Amino acid sequence: MKWLNKLFTKRSSWSIPYFLFLLFVVVLPLVLICYYSFHDGTTGDFTLKNFEKFVSNHEAANTFIYSIGIALITTILCIVLGYPAAYILSNSSLCRSKIMVILFILPMWINILVRTLATVALFDFMRLPLGEGALIFGMVYNFLPFMIYPIYNTMQKMDHSYIEAAQDLGAGPFTVFRKVVFPLSMPGVMSGIMMVFMPTISTFAIAELLTMNNIKLFGTTIQENINIGMWNYGAALSLIMLVIIFVMEFFSDSDEDRASNEGGII
Amino acid sequence: MKKLFAQSYLWLLLIMLYAPIIIIAIFSFTEAKVLGNWTGFSTQLYENLFAGGVNNALIVAIENTLIIALVAATLSTLLGSVAAIGIHNLRGKRRAVMNSLNNVPMLNPDIITGISLFLLFASLGITQGYTTVILAHVAFCTPYVVLCVMPRLQQMNPNIYEAALDLGATPFQAMRKVIIPEIKAGMISGFILAFTLSIDDFAVTIFTNGTDGLDTLSTYIYADARKGGLTPELRPLSTIIFTVVLLLLIIINIRTYRIQKRKEAKL
Repeated sequence: MKWLNKLFTKRSSWSIPYFLFLLFVVVLPLVLICYYSFHDGTTGDFTLKNFEKFVSNHEAANTFIYSIGIALITTILCIVLGYPAAYILSNSSLCRSKIMVILFILPMWINILVRTLATVALFDFMRLPLGEGALIFGMVYNFLPFMIYPIYNTMQKMDHSYIEAAQDLGAGPFTVFRKVVFPLSMPGVMSGIMMVFMPTISTFAIAELLTMNNIKLFGTTIQENINIGMWNYGAALSLIMLVIIFVMEFFSDSDEDRASNEGGII
Repeated sequence: MKKLFAQSYLWLLLIMLYAPIIIIAIFSFTEAKVLGNWTGFSTQLYENLFAGGVNNALIVAIENTLIIALVAATLSTLLGSVAAIGIHNLRGKRRAVMNSLNNVPMLNPDIITGISLFLLFASLGITQGYTTVILAHVAFCTPYVVLCVMPRLQQMNPNIYEAALDLGATPFQAMRKVIIPEIKAGMISGFILAFTLSIDDFAVTIFTNGTDGLDTLSTYIYADARKGGLTPELRPLSTIIFTVVLLLLIIINIRTYRIQKRKEAKL
């Protein structure tokens, strides 16, 4: 009984339940993805068949490359549109109102399907055809706030004495921006890229709704395979996606930023 | 001049961001099947939404969404707060391990979380339904609660807890009287965050809700949108969701603003 009491009073042991929980719902499931992707569905033997199928099956590989292309375009458009917005929002001489910031972050909190249906409605309303254009517009529309917010956040935290120092040393507005503001805002841009690029590849359902089922993205391919019971192949495709995330994460190491960014305004 | 230019750029972007939802809101007040045709003001679509026999599935879906969100947010808040206190008292390697483990669910795209949990439940032979959806939601919500509570613990003066023990409080009393009040604000933020994340979720739910037709609002909208493109009833539904989220966010922001004010007053 005494050791039990001690275990309870020692507060560091309070992390044990959560540790076990994480092992069960996070680590074990990820191990299962690896296990399934390297095993044959019918015989249960170790195999690389699932990955060979991905490479030789042109449809899945093409969808994969196409998704990366769409995600790149979306990310670039989000940076081009979002960076100036974040700059203006964080610059008190250009924009004083906090309400503006809230208005830009608000769409992050609305269900992604509702937002997608709204895009479909807009295209219907303007009598524009659904297709690739709608897909890219919808993705930018869905993910732009996720680019603006992290950049705004880093710019907000930026030490303004650097800017003043640069001005005192005779730098013009453009040089200040190029040499001081832009480099200092890079961490925000990096986490913005993470929050736009990955979701664009991995979303499913959204692409179908925006293109009347004409265009598939990689997330849809994975979902379809799982749905028709091809768990092993689906797991292999998921693993490929996980590897990409891992690589991107390795180059950006902004995980903590992202965590605080998804917290939105609270 | 520069300011005018900057302001108009912001407004232009805002118009782009809000145009779709405003169009939906406007056309939720007319009966036309095709969006863009205005056939006179009517609240018929709103009535259809809540009255129609077929559409009762919607009410069930809303109920499911709220129940799942409430239960998942409550469980996440409890688990996450206890875990945060534990992690806060860990040192060195163990703490680093817990922190990175805590980050994994947040970095995983929803679809990976969904599929990995689906494989877990399927290979353990667990029937999927309410329990698995709630478990899945707790899994991706708790890390955010931990992140909300942690800063409060770091701001706290550790001597107060020790002082309470020295003055004869049992660890349980010290917890209730000292630590909980200090981290309460973080717990509430964590709860609200978990609640919103749960309501918003689509990708994880659709992989863990099983085959018994357990629908949340997201999966209901998805099924409906797949069937007939954009059914007219989705217009009032989207409008209601948008208004509710808007109101919630205004309340949260007023709350944060007040807390900040109070803090400043204290200083």
